[in-house]
Amino acid sequence: MISKLFTALTVSFFALFSSLVSASSIDETINSVFSSATGWFVSLIFSPLPGTSFPWIVLWLVVGASVFTLYFGFIQFRAIGHSISLVKGDYSNPNDAGEVSHFQALATALSGTVGLGNIAGVAVAVSIGGPGATFWMILAGLLGMASKFAECTLGVKYRNQFDDGRVSGGPMYYISKGFIERGLPAGFGKFLAALFAVFCIFGALGGGNMFQANQAHAQLSGVIGDYPGWITGIIFAVVVFAVIVGGIKSIANVTEKVVPFMGVLYVGTALVIILMNADKIGWAFGQIFEGAFTGLGVAGGMVGALIQGFKRAAFSNEAGVGSAAIAHSAVRTNEPITEGLVSLLEPFIDTVVICTMTALVIIITQQLVVDPTTGLYMLNESGTIQTADGSSGVALTSAAFASAFSWFPYILVVAVVLFAFSTMLSWSYYGLKAWTYLFGESKGAELTFKIIFCIFVFIGATISLGPVIDFSDAAIFAMAVVNIIGLYFLMPVVKKELNSYMTRLRAGEFKKFK
Amino acid sequence: MSVTFIVGVDGSDASNRALAFAKRQASLVGEECKLMLVCVVEWSPYKFQTTEENAIRHKQKQEESDSAQKRVIDPLLEALKNDGINAEGRVIHGKAATILNNIAVENNAEQIFVARSTEQGLSARVFGSVTANLVMGSNVPVTVVS
Repeated sequence: MISKLFTALTVSFFALFSSLVSASSIDETINSVFSSATGWFVSLIFSPLPGTSFPWIVLWLVVGASVFTLYFGFIQFRAIGHSISLVKGDYSNPNDAGEVSHFQALATALSGTVGLGNIAGVAVAVSIGGPGATFWMILAGLLGMASKFAECTLGVKYRNQFDDGRVSGGPMYYISKGFIERGLPAGFGKFLAALFAVFCIFGALGGGNMFQANQAHAQLSGVIGDYPGWITGIIFAVVVFAVIVGGIKSIANVTEKVVPFMGVLYVGTALVIILMNADKIGWAFGQIFEGAFTGLGVAGGMVGALIQGFKRAAFSNEAGVGSAAIAHSAVRTNEPITEGLVSLLEPFIDTVVICTMTALVIIITQQLVVDPTTGLYMLNESGTIQTADGSSGVALTSAAFASAFSWFPYILVVAVVLFAFSTMLSWSYYGLKAWTYLFGESKGAELTFKIIFCIFVFIGATISLGPVIDFSDAAIFAMAVVNIIGLYFLMPVVKKELNSYMTRLRAGEFKKFK
Repeated sequence: MSVTFIVGVDGSDASNRALAFAKRQASLVGEECKLMLVCVVEWSPYKFQTTEENAIRHKQKQEESDSAQKRVIDPLLEALKNDGINAEGRVIHGKAATILNNIAVENNAEQIFVARSTEQGLSARVFGSVTANLVMGSNVPVTVVS
């Protein structure tokens, strides 16, 4: 299967570039080649359960998050206060200053997850699944906190620390090492780890790259006028190349500093719009709850809303996907469980807070067209809800914000570009770690991956939304398939760590420094 | 009874003047006086970093500490030893004002000596507004050397 995936991609590359020479429309050619090359993979991941329209992968994520929630005794609710204390540095020994703090690991992981999933992904969810998708998205965010807790604890516990002080961690390391430590079949662990690494590379190229480039282009062309996607693609690819290959750190540094500011600005503006429409807040929540259980006319009804909510939440907060474990593994701590406790805040901030803000703004500003006679949402030919100006994806979010502040699309375009860029940088690292796990830590291997990554930036900006979203989703969810299997086998390790830590915490063994 | 003086150093001329003044005071106190040189590498746990920076942070910290030890602390300790002054030195990451005060409290130090300001870079960070913060927040007397 792995070789089939690689072969398909290699073939698509060559087909793509040979077609470019003679193509009358670059965009259309790339789109067509890409769709045919990845269609089988997308179908495999999203095939429905027999006799239903429910994709098995969504059930996989829901069951996984629910199992972890129950197994760890609702850790996301009972330990959230302690998580905040850890992030604030209450338990951080000042003598350890200079190492990566819990706050930094969380902020870095968030910069990889907070992005277009929160802006474009939510718009996609509510335009297909209706307002009810928001309810399921929030539920998925809350349950996903337990998945994130488990994977990030393992990420720190089983990371590789090289002699020169560098750190590499993530599912490929904890699955392979954890299986050996627990006496499970080492060969099976290695196979799963390698499979995860393969899917992580696809995820990095799909959701972490093409989706970002694609939606950044959509937003740019929406604001400054329509123009070919390959222009955005080339510019983005050159800038990404300059940072990840050329090592121009100043670009990355500026992005890392501006992104949190843009995040605060985005949430702040959303809050203002919600408060400006305070009289509709009750109605909006009514739509969310009613839509969650009836669908309010969306395709697939309640199940349609649920599927979209869970899909977009998983794509946005990446809980259970395993990517955050790579980011969090850099923190220096003697207690891996503390990083798990910190990481569970990530889905909360990303999904429960930011995604909900986006959804509320879209609903409250009435971008989704309701049939006045039935009170149900009106669908267009493709089965999605009709929107006020016919927009979808990031353009729908932009229209919602513009209905309150006409200038906001200009801010949003900067935010989208920066979010996209920051997410790409994070995923280039995740993909690189998976690549070096498979092909070894060498300069040549690293350069090969980085160049492939830049090529996919170009492709992502060029092709239309449908194939990109489908492939992005499929690649990210494929990571979750392997990672959650690994987590099921290794969750007793996390529980043992958790019980030990909590016992010592209650006994006052950990000094509070603030 | 031993007496400990804390001296903030960063290798700059200004911090060397602060050390020279502290040395004179130590000589006046006599053999029971010990100078503790502290070189602070400014670091905030709330600074935003990229994933790649996080992955190599431990290595970077070690390099920063080693560099400060070799460039700042070791030469000064050598000179003090030759002058017969009892001294030790440390390189610590964090906020300079907080670190200097904490070390002073931990070691029951009598005084902290710092320079008023230095010309550029790290020095400016350590002895710029940091000096004002230290003077206002310190639990022990602070001598600011011009």
